Amino acid sequence: MDRVADSSFKPDREHSHERLRVIKPGRGSLKNVLQDLWYSRELLYFLTWRDVKVRYKQTTLGVLWAVLQPTLQMVVLSIVFGRVAGIARNTGGTPYPIFLYSGLLPWTFFSTTLVGCSGSVVGNAALVTKVRFPRIALPVASVAAGVVDLFIASTVLVGLMIWYHVPISISLLGVPLLVLGLSCISLGFGMVFAALTVTYRDFRYVVPFMAQIWMFLTPVIYPASIVSAKWRWLMMINPLSGLVAGFRAVFLGTRIDWTTLGISTLITAFMLLAGAHYFRATERRFADVI
Amino acid sequence: MPTTFAQQKDVLQMSYNSISANGAGPKKKETSTAITVRGLGKEYRIGAMRERHSYTTLREAISSKVTNLLPGRRSAPQPTARVWALKDVDLTVNEGEVVGVIGRNGSGKSTLLKILSDIVEPTEGSVEIWGRVASLLEVGTGFHGELTGRENVFLNGAILGMRMAEIRQNFDKIVDFSGIGQFIDTPVKRYSSGMYVRLAFAVAAHLIPRVLIVDEVLAVGDFEFQQRCIGRMREVGQDGRTVLFVSHNMAAVESLCSRCVLIDHGRIIKDGDPYEITREYRRSMIATDGKVVAELENVEGPHRKQPVLMSARLVDEDGAPTTSIAVSRAFEVRIGVRIREALSDLMFVVRIENGYGERMMTLRSPQKDAVYRNLKGDHEISCRVDEFPLAPGVYNIGLGVKTRDQQIDAVGNILSLTVTDGEIFSEGRGVVWGMCFARSNWNVGPPVTAMFNENTPDPALAAPPAS
Repeated sequence: MDRVADSSFKPDREHSHERLRVIKPGRGSLKNVLQDLWYSRELLYFLTWRDVKVRYKQTTLGVLWAVLQPTLQMVVLSIVFGRVAGIARNTGGTPYPIFLYSGLLPWTFFSTTLVGCSGSVVGNAALVTKVRFPRIALPVASVAAGVVDLFIASTVLVGLMIWYHVPISISLLGVPLLVLGLSCISLGFGMVFAALTVTYRDFRYVVPFMAQIWMFLTPVIYPASIVSAKWRWLMMINPLSGLVAGFRAVFLGTRIDWTTLGISTLITAFMLLAGAHYFRATERRFADVI
Repeated sequence: MPTTFAQQKDVLQMSYNSISANGAGPKKKETSTAITVRGLGKEYRIGAMRERHSYTTLREAISSKVTNLLPGRRSAPQPTARVWALKDVDLTVNEGEVVGVIGRNGSGKSTLLKILSDIVEPTEGSVEIWGRVASLLEVGTGFHGELTGRENVFLNGAILGMRMAEIRQNFDKIVDFSGIGQFIDTPVKRYSSGMYVRLAFAVAAHLIPRVLIVDEVLAVGDFEFQQRCIGRMREVGQDGRTVLFVSHNMAAVESLCSRCVLIDHGRIIKDGDPYEITREYRRSMIATDGKVVAELENVEGPHRKQPVLMSARLVDEDGAPTTSIAVSRAFEVRIGVRIREALSDLMFVVRIENGYGERMMTLRSPQKDAVYRNLKGDHEISCRVDEFPLAPGVYNIGLGVKTRDQQIDAVGNILSLTVTDGEIFSEGRGVVWGMCFARSNWNVGPPVTAMFNENTPDPALAAPPAS
């Protein structure tokens, strides 16, 4: 009898009853994290699907809200900031509404998934205390649900591009990569906050507030070019600036700031690993503390 | 639901067999170990356990860290009270065993199940489990009110560890089993609680693990639901799968389990034959062991504002002191009272609780009776129930005294009552299915064919209700 020791979440296939699960004290590790996610992909799918499905239930406008939220925000902000000469004149010739929307879209995606991700473990306390499954599926599913919203809200951007005669360029092929990057940074921070929220509920209030401040530190409503050289470094270490600016650049077909994007990518990769590590290291305590 | 229990059982059996035939079923082989638990322990901080919901705030965490940094102000290490919810647990379960886990509330049963389910981390020791494990610690975990029954079946199935193909394959059987029928596409927030539980259980019932871990799911749902749970677990057990389940239902443990484990204060104190262990456990649950007369004069308690209760005893049908009665026979408690100043509108209350502190019954003196209006001096008050309706088991008795607007005296758990098994009314001995009995009247009418004879009009049709 060849019994296989295995502590990950493989559902059992044939000869399944010969699989051994060992439960011992000790922290979870980054090892097997992808394997766990792969084997719980159906659960991941259902959790994402539930988040998407439930979000607009019993609303009259339904999924239209995914479009309305950034659109209304765009309208309000372009009325307010469109008059501020320093901003509207420095967009490199791009009409301000489309400039704004192409920045709001990735930013809204980041901030909503960050908040959703941070609350994902606490919000599913019933599951965490009653069922065994890789906890990391919760933040991942909440980011995945955000991607669906982002996709729907993108249709407005396409509409705006047609309206303002912005040419469709080949650089649009970079969009999936940037969405991946945004998802990773959101997940990276989200996992840390999700784990922290389990112990310290303060983060339920801290995270949305932080996201609000963060928006003003990111070139969302203003172009990166108006930031003075003295504060450039701050812009560079903010991983969102590279990603948001990159997102805008591929849509509008403008020049991509590769240095900032490169730094953002590195920080994102680091943050993703750090977040996953912290989450895995603390996840076994969740059911006790939550 | 028009189906009878037997039919439902058939459905269940059928679905179960067909699932097994699909290759997920077990293969016959020599008995081997399914679960090995070695030196398992779980330590909790008492604060964390008691204040489950008052979570730590950042301020507390920061302030304690900061205080520790300040020179000279290093706070003395706080002696955090810790408690072992589980300690030195060793257990080996063979494949195909059905093990009942019993113990008082807070004895560590659920902690053990949660560790075996890999939900909480043990503090020490190790567990090895062979094969696919399914834990059912709650019925309907992950059900979302906004989603329809159909959607919840898939979601819940995925959460319990079923694969999508498996759920799809069993979907019709699950719906059949639940009896939800046309409501399957209605959001479950519109379901009655019974429907909700039935659907949730139907999903769980189609889970085919090697090892099934079940917490007190029998505690929820109606009687029929509990029977189905028991029936389902029996089948799982008979199929050579391993079942570990926590229950407060001793009858279920006795009838289902091949082995029983008694946990007390986080340790396994008994392990063996279910009948012997449940009997012992019942005995240990008796509050005041073998005491025939409870002297209450010097008993102190928070509810004794104006102590009038002096003594209490149980008597049998002949008036002799006793601690037990036969099921469905007479029950009588005699209460000695001393009322120093005349109290008006007194009400005496006998409270009967089961071993888990759940109120089973409250018997009250008739406040309208003239004799209770103005009572003074020493009296013996008797309270008698001719046909005591509670099922065999051990109960605790408490007493209370009220005036019109307030409780003046109350004592809990002063006597223990054992209801022994026996003939129930005149219906004969029965397997105890339920918590209480009532005398019922049964009639057999004339042969049915005669009722719907063409010559005899159906009385319901012949006399339409007056509008």
